[in-house]
Amino acid sequence: MDRDLSPQDKKDLDKFIKFFALKTVQVIVQARLGEKICTRSSSSPTGSDWFNLAIKDIPEVTHEAKKALAGQLPGIGRSMCVEISLKTSEGDSMELETWCLEMNEKCDKDIKVSYTVYNRLSVLLKSLLAITRVTPAYKLSRKQGHDYVILYRIYFGEVQLSGLGEGFQTVRVGVVSTPVGTVTLSCAYRTNLAFMSNRQFERSAPIMGIIVDHFVDPPCSGQRPATMGHPCNYRAPDEEDGFAGVQDSQEVCTTSFSTSPPSQLYASRLSYQPAALAGADLCHPAANPNQVLHAGKEGGVLLVPAYPPHGADAHLTVEHAPNTPGSRYISPDITSTRQLYVMKPSVTSVSSLFPAVMATVLEALNAFTRKVGAFVNRPVTQITAASLDLPFAAFAPRGLGSEENDPMVQPPDSPPCPSPLQASLHSQGSEGSGPQDDFVMIDFRPAFSKDDLLPMDLGTFYREFQNPPQLASLSLHISSQSMADDLDSLPEKLAVYEKNIDEFDAFVDMLQ
Amino acid sequence: MNCRSEVLEVTVESRQVEEAMLALLHTILLHRSTGKFHYKKEGTYSIGTVGTLDFDCDYIDFTFARVSSEELDRVIRKAVSEFKDALSNSGSDGMGQISLEFYQKKKSRWPFSDECIPWEVWSIKVNVVNLANEQERQICREKVGEKLGEKVINVVEVINRHEYLPKMPTQSEVDNVFDTSLKDVQPYLYKITYQITDSLGTSVSTTMRRLIKDTLAL
Repeated sequence: MDRDLSPQDKKDLDKFIKFFALKTVQVIVQARLGEKICTRSSSSPTGSDWFNLAIKDIPEVTHEAKKALAGQLPGIGRSMCVEISLKTSEGDSMELETWCLEMNEKCDKDIKVSYTVYNRLSVLLKSLLAITRVTPAYKLSRKQGHDYVILYRIYFGEVQLSGLGEGFQTVRVGVVSTPVGTVTLSCAYRTNLAFMSNRQFERSAPIMGIIVDHFVDPPCSGQRPATMGHPCNYRAPDEEDGFAGVQDSQEVCTTSFSTSPPSQLYASRLSYQPAALAGADLCHPAANPNQVLHAGKEGGVLLVPAYPPHGADAHLTVEHAPNTPGSRYISPDITSTRQLYVMKPSVTSVSSLFPAVMATVLEALNAFTRKVGAFVNRPVTQITAASLDLPFAAFAPRGLGSEENDPMVQPPDSPPCPSPLQASLHSQGSEGSGPQDDFVMIDFRPAFSKDDLLPMDLGTFYREFQNPPQLASLSLHISSQSMADDLDSLPEKLAVYEKNIDEFDAFVDMLQ
Repeated sequence: MNCRSEVLEVTVESRQVEEAMLALLHTILLHRSTGKFHYKKEGTYSIGTVGTLDFDCDYIDFTFARVSSEELDRVIRKAVSEFKDALSNSGSDGMGQISLEFYQKKKSRWPFSDECIPWEVWSIKVNVVNLANEQERQICREKVGEKLGEKVINVVEVINRHEYLPKMPTQSEVDNVFDTSLKDVQPYLYKITYQITDSLGTSVSTTMRRLIKDTLAL
């Protein structure tokens, strides 16, 4: 029997769908903020928590969503879409995923609106919470900050998936049947992360989104999220002209991390490079397992740890670099350095399920850092170590001058591929390497990760070298022996020196 | 009424067992928990709010959202760590299965005890492997992270079919459907059990049934 929807039910249903759309946007955007979300359960209903879920409302996001909806509801042919994209500090951008809330004609007239539909919408939101942590963009968004940020854009109408590149995947979050149609929530995400060049992307359709990178203190459970009480995290648009090339219509909310405009970034990287080079040459580059430079041995992908996660720390680590070349890169404790690995993960182990997702983005990051002369990359303006007036400039690795011979710039033609991943990376690189010669695959080897240089596990190494024998020179009786010898030979030496006194004087004069 | 049964299978390294199980069990429970019910006089009820919390795994490249309830987390962790201990004590083979069963209680007349009728059972089969060196472990971290992602998508897909769910109970019946012992959230009545497959691979020579929820003890 076909029962028409009562007016009250229709009103309720419209309200549910509207708030569902708004909450969907909140969940998606909050999942791409780059930090962990924590909200509190409350046994007593507050009346303002839609769908019985504690999802807080970021005002800007609600505002943008309402603006996009413009009083309409998602309906048949009118989908609400949230597009998540990545924008680097140099202005390149790339769409990562598109979440679509669609409605189709399939109705279920018998379903109870205020009860079943509401509960199912609640379950669908929970599913959205789960799925937003699973797509590849989540990991990218957790690592945003210094080199790229994640943007979102809400639009209403036809779904546009062309910006996602070839071979994009879709995942369906769920469906809820209602008397007026079936609500479907799905996500289409990019799998091909070959980075688009600056030239292609300049002045293309503006992404009128908001830079979403509200970094807050890690909230502990049981507390309200910190952003609720910290409106100062949202910076006013005119304060931030962070990335050159950003269209003026973009409202930019940034945090203290990604504050430096590109010029400062350039300077900070430049000042980082010399010390890194100097530090690098304290030990011979090739022999040092800490060394990031591995001249084009295999077609692996490297990511250069030339920049610390936070721009503010750049100078700090620069000072320490010459003394402790190893400390930045190695740590036996994997958990604590996960963040370090973030910027330069052991890319050789990125799995093929999201084919080269991480690797190619990082490769892309590597590519554009070349322009500002990061660690292993060649600066475009041919900055040489000597010209930068460094200490130990003379000891900087040679070969910076000749690009033709530099294996970094021209990787060997068919590098052996020890893992299927590297094979796929290489093929990806060759597609896009036409206009861009900036892509270089460098094999990054954190200490103890491979067996060839030092064929042992970290644990074995530690145990073996835990109790080294005493230094010979510190042992007393040997030193006393040599002291006696020295004393004996002293008169002879003095005689020789007196004889050659003229030579010594001439030498001293030469020095002055 | 048929009981819905779903099987998920994962292959992990021994130190990843705990987090992998937590990830899947919490994801399922997130969907199968509601806020606390507050019944009002007219027979209507209001529902409390469920908060969520993101958890970063240490041994797996994975983050999952779980219900923001420390009590529930404690219960699940206890069950998972018992499972993990049983797995590691069983020998080097390392195959086991942990089951999360949602059930309804049906009151029977005296002298019969209440019946527990399951309506949904999730079985997570675990295969533990040993890895030789750090590089393999690093690869395993990421691979298991992706596999767990796929499993989460599977779970979500099953749940969103919106198949049978117990009817919303009246106040007197609420304990037959929901676990009302927690202070802040109210999951459907559930119990977690596990089985360790012995090294011969025969189907469960030792079955250890551990009842985590004391609501069953009658």
